[in-house]
Amino acid sequence: MTPTHSLPRARAQAGRRSLSGFLERALPRLVVAPSLAVALFFVYGYMLWTFILSLTKSRMLPQYDFAGFAQYARLFADERWHVAATNLVVFGGLFVVICLVLGLVLAILLDQRIRQEGALRTIYLYPMALSLIVTGVVWRWLLNPGLGIQAMVRGWGFEGFDFGWLVDPDMAIYTLVIAAVWQASGFVMALFLAGLRSIDDSLFKAAALDGASLPRIYWRIVLPCLRPVVFSAVMILSHIAIKSFDLVMALTGGGPGYATDLPATYMYVHTFTRGQIGLGSASAIMMLCGVLAILIPYLYSELRGRKHG
Amino acid sequence: MKPIHTLAVGAALAAAVGQANAAEIEVLHWWTSGGEAKAANMLKQKLEAKGHTWKDFAVAGGGGDSAMTVLKSRAISGNPPAVAQIKGPLIQEWGEMGFLGNIDEVAEKENWNAFLPERLAADDKVDGHFAAVPVNIHRINWLWANTEVLEKSGIDTLPKTWDEFFADAKKIREAGFIPLAHGGQPWQDATVFEVVLMGTGGADFYRKAFVDLDPEALTSDTMVESLKTFKKLRGTMDPDIAGRDWNIATSMVISGKAAMQIMGDWAKGEFTAAGLEPGKDYLCEAAPMTEHMFSYNVDSFAMFQVDDEGQHQAQMDLASLILSKDFQATFNKAKGSIPVRMDVPLDDFDPCAKASHEAFLAAQDGGGLVPSLAHGMAVSASVQGAVFDVITNFFNDPDMSAETAAERLASAVRAAS
Repeated sequence: MTPTHSLPRARAQAGRRSLSGFLERALPRLVVAPSLAVALFFVYGYMLWTFILSLTKSRMLPQYDFAGFAQYARLFADERWHVAATNLVVFGGLFVVICLVLGLVLAILLDQRIRQEGALRTIYLYPMALSLIVTGVVWRWLLNPGLGIQAMVRGWGFEGFDFGWLVDPDMAIYTLVIAAVWQASGFVMALFLAGLRSIDDSLFKAAALDGASLPRIYWRIVLPCLRPVVFSAVMILSHIAIKSFDLVMALTGGGPGYATDLPATYMYVHTFTRGQIGLGSASAIMMLCGVLAILIPYLYSELRGRKHG
Repeated sequence: MKPIHTLAVGAALAAAVGQANAAEIEVLHWWTSGGEAKAANMLKQKLEAKGHTWKDFAVAGGGGDSAMTVLKSRAISGNPPAVAQIKGPLIQEWGEMGFLGNIDEVAEKENWNAFLPERLAADDKVDGHFAAVPVNIHRINWLWANTEVLEKSGIDTLPKTWDEFFADAKKIREAGFIPLAHGGQPWQDATVFEVVLMGTGGADFYRKAFVDLDPEALTSDTMVESLKTFKKLRGTMDPDIAGRDWNIATSMVISGKAAMQIMGDWAKGEFTAAGLEPGKDYLCEAAPMTEHMFSYNVDSFAMFQVDDEGQHQAQMDLASLILSKDFQATFNKAKGSIPVRMDVPLDDFDPCAKASHEAFLAAQDGGGLVPSLAHGMAVSASVQGAVFDVITNFFNDPDMSAETAAERLASAVRAAS
């Protein structure tokens, strides 16, 4: 009696098992699929759309009158675009390098088993908790010659003190660097600190036994160990630099004149307020090319290097 | 209590008529600051008294820039609001793309052409049909001054020419004040420049350069001279102008740190709010050499195409409310501008508004009426932006010569138009 009854049950069980097996295999894909589709559409789809728009004569609204690379020609004939692109190189380069150096130095100093490390770490990390708008506004007041640092030092009696970078078209771009470094270097410090903590103490001791000096240990042993941290830090910092928009808006508003324009603000102004969607799209695509030009070689060398190492 | 009262009456009326044509219309505007928001609310209540529903769509920020961005995205998605605050040549651009409707019916019924200045009505017509309705007129070429500072500097009357201005500026500087308050934002730079250009070249030259964008005018000697005067004004300002908002600059005049400011008549609101009296505590006069000219900035509401008959009726009702004498008087008093219809009695307006009205009529007859480029009344947004770039860059770059700037102006305008 049992065999005849057990057969369908077994079959049902097998069916259930294969269903659960199917689910088990497919569930991860099913769960990931919507977000992948959304990402494909909203990120890559719109990149493609932006590229298509950059080939058109679109002005106030998108339209599909193709004009080849005319918008790119206009872009590169535009004085303001050159200012924006040069500014990005200056700002991005200084921002990334200073943040890395400052972050590393701070991390090494904090790593010396000092008292109140937790409190200090929080103090340095705290600027990251502020939005860039707040940072920009605070620094705008600090750097304003009539209100901030210059006025304060002059008030102390140093009448000759001059710190008017914010209102000087040649120097204003460096005020952006100051504010951005203030914001981000604590974060880089935290990254490096975590990296330093993961380095085995025995490495230090062995090197010290061999008679290596402390600077030498850091230079030859610790730094190479921190390479992955540098990698992530550069990635994060460079994308902060390239997409910088809110900081510029809050700190300088792109001024004096358009001396502190960055590609992101250029793109926004032309696409959205001046009714030059084609030109704005062309500048957006140039920004994308800039990102790729930095990231692809870097990713390539890093990822290949790690595989071999 | 009054609003509730009007509402109740409105509701009763609505019920009585039966309201076959009541509809909801969405109104996009950027009247979000104190007095303006109050005015918008007043308009809303009046419209609702007629049985329609006002769906508020206020977008703050950037003097309308943000609102325009939102409007574009709504239009692209095929769902524009029924009414939107748009001004100047932008109305034509939207009209040419076929987005705007036609409100000739109400315009003819109320005979708008009789009381709207022809020049302003033209801006609100697309192919000869009314597609928008103007709300107010701002004058740009004003010189505001603090009488106390002028007195202390030994100046009796405001300068009438730029030479006088620079002579007075020297006196003011010697008395320990800042001669000219200014905010270093591109639109403010352009505001001051267009006022200088108007004065130096006259209205016809201004129109040739900033409306027709004639390359010869843009590189002419008059342009170079205007640029030189403009740059010279930099020396009459304080060094910290970069990025300053216009109302901060106005407050420098109010508090007596600075003597004068060149700004449109919305600055009056700041003086009034500080409790100052026109003619006594502060002066409003035409900027040097622009006495017979009037550079205007007009806000308009454009009517988008709607299928629903009720909505169309609501649009026309709104338009007629906006142009009603009652609303024109109340709103413009709050905003600092003057009514667009010339038959509104100005008895209880302040002296500056009365002067503005006189100047408008005189400029209209004498050919001195010009659209403001700095405020988007003269050219498309792209050309305006290109002009801003050159002007503000020239103003902030100590090394650029006026001749170079004029050439750049011509080439930037060519590239953008």
